[in-house]
Parts: sequence; C-alpha cells; structure tokens
Amino acid sequence: MNIIVCLKQTFDTEEKIVIENGAISEDGVEFIINPYDEYAVEEAIKLRDEVGGEVTLVTVGPDRAETALRTALAMGADRAVIVNDEELFGDQFTTAKVLATVLKDREYDLIIAGNMAVDNGSGQIGPRLAEELNIPQVTTITKIDVDGNKVTCERDVEGDLEIIETTLPVLVTAQQGLNEPRYPSLPGIMKAKKKPMERLDASDLNLDPAAVQSPTVVEEIYLPAKKDAGKILSGDLADQVKELVQLLHNEAKVV
Amino acid sequence: MGKNILVIAEAREGSLRNVTMEALAAAKRIANGGEIVAVSFGSQAANYVETLGNYGANKVYTLSNPQLDTYTTDAYFQAIMQVIDTVKPEAMIFPHTGIGKDLAPRIAARLGIGLVSDVINVELKDGEAIFTQPIYAGKAFQKKKVNEGIIFATLRPNNIPADQPISSSVEAVDFTVDLKDIRTIVKEVVRKTSGRVDLSEAKVVVSGGRGVKSADGFNLLQDLADILGGAVGASRGACDAEYCDYSLQIGQTGKVVTPDLYIAAGISGAIQHLAGMSSSKVIVAINKDPEAPIFQVADYGIVGDLFDVIPLLMEELKKSVVS
Repeated sequence: MNIIVCLKQTFDTEEKIVIENGAISEDGVEFIINPYDEYAVEEAIKLRDEVGGEVTLVTVGPDRAETALRTALAMGADRAVIVNDEELFGDQFTTAKVLATVLKDREYDLIIAGNMAVDNGSGQIGPRLAEELNIPQVTTITKIDVDGNKVTCERDVEGDLEIIETTLPVLVTAQQGLNEPRYPSLPGIMKAKKKPMERLDASDLNLDPAAVQSPTVVEEIYLPAKKDAGKILSGDLADQVKELVQLLHNEAKVV
Repeated sequence: MGKNILVIAEAREGSLRNVTMEALAAAKRIANGGEIVAVSFGSQAANYVETLGNYGANKVYTLSNPQLDTYTTDAYFQAIMQVIDTVKPEAMIFPHTGIGKDLAPRIAARLGIGLVSDVINVELKDGEAIFTQPIYAGKAFQKKKVNEGIIFATLRPNNIPADQPISSSVEAVDFTVDLKDIRTIVKEVVRKTSGRVDLSEAKVVVSGGRGVKSADGFNLLQDLADILGGAVGASRGACDAEYCDYSLQIGQTGKVVTPDLYIAAGISGAIQHLAGMSSSKVIVAINKDPEAPIFQVADYGIVGDLFDVIPLLMEELKKSVVS
C-alpha cells in the first residue's frame, strides 16, 4: 500500500508568540512536527508494517521544514518530498493546490494528514486536498483498519463517535487519541540521513504561481489584550467559597 | 450594494444549535441589505423555518431528503453545491463544528475560493467583511479578508452573540436535491455526549487537570458542571493520565473554548492549556499550589485542595440558586 502523509512543521506548542514588524517572529523558536501530523506519521508507519508498501512524506515549506521531514523519516517513513518555493507559499487554497499537483501523478492508496495545524489552525488542507484529488475523506479519525480495499474508521465528532466504512483510495485526517507516536530510534536517525528527499519548486511541478495565489489576505496580526491581575481570595476556606459565589453572582454576573 | 448570504443551519437531536443563530447574526452584519438564505437539512428541515426567520433568515431552503438525516460528507456536499448553484450567494457562513469543519474546505476547493476558518468576529469596514481569527490557539489573532471570489467563513460557536428573535415573515423553499454515489457509509453513531451540554457551546466549563487524580475525581467535576448547567473539560495531563477521554481535552492540541465561566480545578496552567481557554470571559482557578501559572490568567483564585473547595462550592451554589 502506498501511503502519503501530509506534514507541516509548526512552532512548539510551548512557545510564546512574539510579534515583530507586524509578523510573528521566528527568532529562537523551537520547531516541531505539527502534533496532529505526528499521529499521521505514526499511523502510516504502523499500517505499512502490517500490510507492506511505502510511506511518502510531503510538505510545503522553507529549508527548516526539512528537519521535521528527517525526524519523520527517522520514525520510519521511507521517503520525503518538500516543495520549497516562496512563490508557492500562500493560504490554504494555495497549499492544497500545490499538494494536489505533487500527488496527482503519483500512486497512492491512502493519504493521512493531521486534522489541523496548531499554528493557524484552519483544518482546511485535508478536505481541500481530497476534493482536488476527487477521493472521499474521513476527518478526525481515532482508529483505522484497512482490510484489502475496505477501510473502517472511527471518527471523533465533537465527542461523539462515528464508525465509517469506505474504500481506498481515501484521505483521512488524524485526531488526538489515534495512537501514541514513537520517538525516533538511534538507528532510525542514522538510516534517515540516507533516505531520499526530493526537493521541488514551481518549475519542477509545472505550476504557474499566479494560478494558485492566495484568495485571502491577512490585514493585521496582534496579541490578545493583557488581563488585569485577578483576585486571590483569602481567609477561611468556607468564607472564600462564599465570597467567590458572591463575586460570580454580583460582580462577574455569570451565575 | 447588499450581499446575498448563505447560512448553514445545523440542528442536533431535533433543535437548532446556538451557533446557527450566531451565524445568522454574523450574516446580518455583512449583508448590508442583501438577502440571508438559510439551509436546513433532513426529515425535520421544515420545522426550523420559523425560528430561522425570527433570527434573521429571509428565506429558508428546506432539504427534507431523509438521506440528509445523518451527516455524510458526500451527501451534504452534493446538496449544498446544488443550493449554491441556484442561490449564487456572494458570501457564505458555516458553523465551525464537526460538520462545518469537514464540509466547508471541500466546498471551497470545489468552488476554487478562499475560506477563513474558525472566526470569532466579523465587521464591515469600508464595505468589506473583515474576519478575526485566533491563531496559535488564541496566543495571537489575525484579521483577514477575502480578496476575490465568494466570501466564505466558518464561525466558532459562542463568540458572536445571537440577536433577540423577532417574529418575522420568512419564505420557505422546498428544495429537492439529487444525491448519488455516497462514498462513505456511517455504520454506527455512538452518542457519548447525548443529554450533556456541548463543550464547545457551553456557557460554563468545569475543567480538571492532574490534580483531579482519578476518573472518579472527574465525577465530582461533572456534579459541579450539572449544577451550573455546564460541561466538563480537561487538561492534556488529565487525558494522558487516562482520567478522562481525549474528547474533553482543552488546549492548543484539543478544543478551544470561550465560555462565560471557566473553572480550572487542579490545573497548573501550562501555556498549551492556556491557549485553549484564556479567552473565556471569567476564569476561576482552584489549585493547591499558589505559584501555579493558572492564577496569572484567573479573575478569581482559591488556593486550596479542589476536593475541599468543590463540595463547599456546590453547597453554596445550591443555596444561592434557591434564594
């Protein structure tokens, strides 16, 4: 089975956000594989180990994104493709078009993506790509079984669970709870250095950047307003609780 | 020039979700005199017409095909594409819910247009719709607009207040859709949240962390949530420790919530958790450790053991509800 994993490198979730000249600063920031994409990588490796085949990683991003690909290769993916071309960096419309162009002439049975990225959090890429490739989608899955051509997924829908049946080829997006991603082993890290990394730009893809320009534009980026220091209550615990209920009732007016 | 706006009406267990009314309020802000067209789905589609009208829809397309009783991507996709072909909207607002998240990007791809996901506000500036969107799970915000094509956004629940309903006339259009080649089959739906308050739409969230110590401890939080008519959430630590299901997780991975009242019990307040709840209107922290970072974002804090504080709090709340 040929499995494609769409992967994005994102800020570590513990990073503080700093805005400089109207943009989010990357100075000194730790980058990681987007946590939901890490579930996708893990699931792809597990499925390949069960039924055979290959796991190909695909990303759209700058040089630094190769680190994330190397980590996923060290986890056990077989090969990686990076589209590293500033002219092809844009919003979700653009990224999905670029990924579809990369994939349209390749063989794939299953595409796994994270259900969203923890940076701009749009969750658009999976369903957009499924539509571009005209294949079905099952989003926010917490379990997948592949039996020949038949695919059974459990999906988390706002806390409820749906059991979905479909057939290959299909695109699924990973939700938390799908698996516990492995850490790269030392031999895995050594092997990863020799695994193939394909680097593509607009001309390799025969893609006109003007045709995939972002239809949306960012007008402004800003940080949330700082909150005033809160009130730490004191005194006997029972009195604190009494005071809290009074405050919630009379001052905050929320109960 | 007014804009004709398409709004997806989402119902759950026989009633419209609040986010539907919120989406109508958002639509009114940018309609500028244009027509607001709502779409309702399934056997009960016609039941929602009056309410949708009272909250601002001028027209409701009822798609009463029973194949739309249960959500599947393909059926809803085909149905909405047929409505779009007829209505030719200039703007569309979908809920940022399980359905909207699954469907909106696919529709945007088919139409070859942009989509602003998970917006918490919309305003009209010089005739243009400007959307506010949290990024990095609320550690920052961005204002975004659509430069070309249909304006399309998904709206996060609980952020734009619904308007007061006004008895209004509304035109119902019984719209027949042609559905075929549905590629996914829903074998079973396990309603884990049935009868409970929806976490993403809850006005009150009682959330627990590692300090809750066990799955049993979460029952205490549920009792408090029940008194307040709220929902239970959790930190990543509590989910990792298997005190509760991952579907309750609030944070940068997990859900982002904006209730009126957020009670954090036994949660230290790692930045990854704060990202999921810091926009809550009022935050109460209960923690044994006075140095816990959660106190820095809390409006009110009690330093103490949650197993002492919560029973007292429930007692006190019951009294105040009675009085």
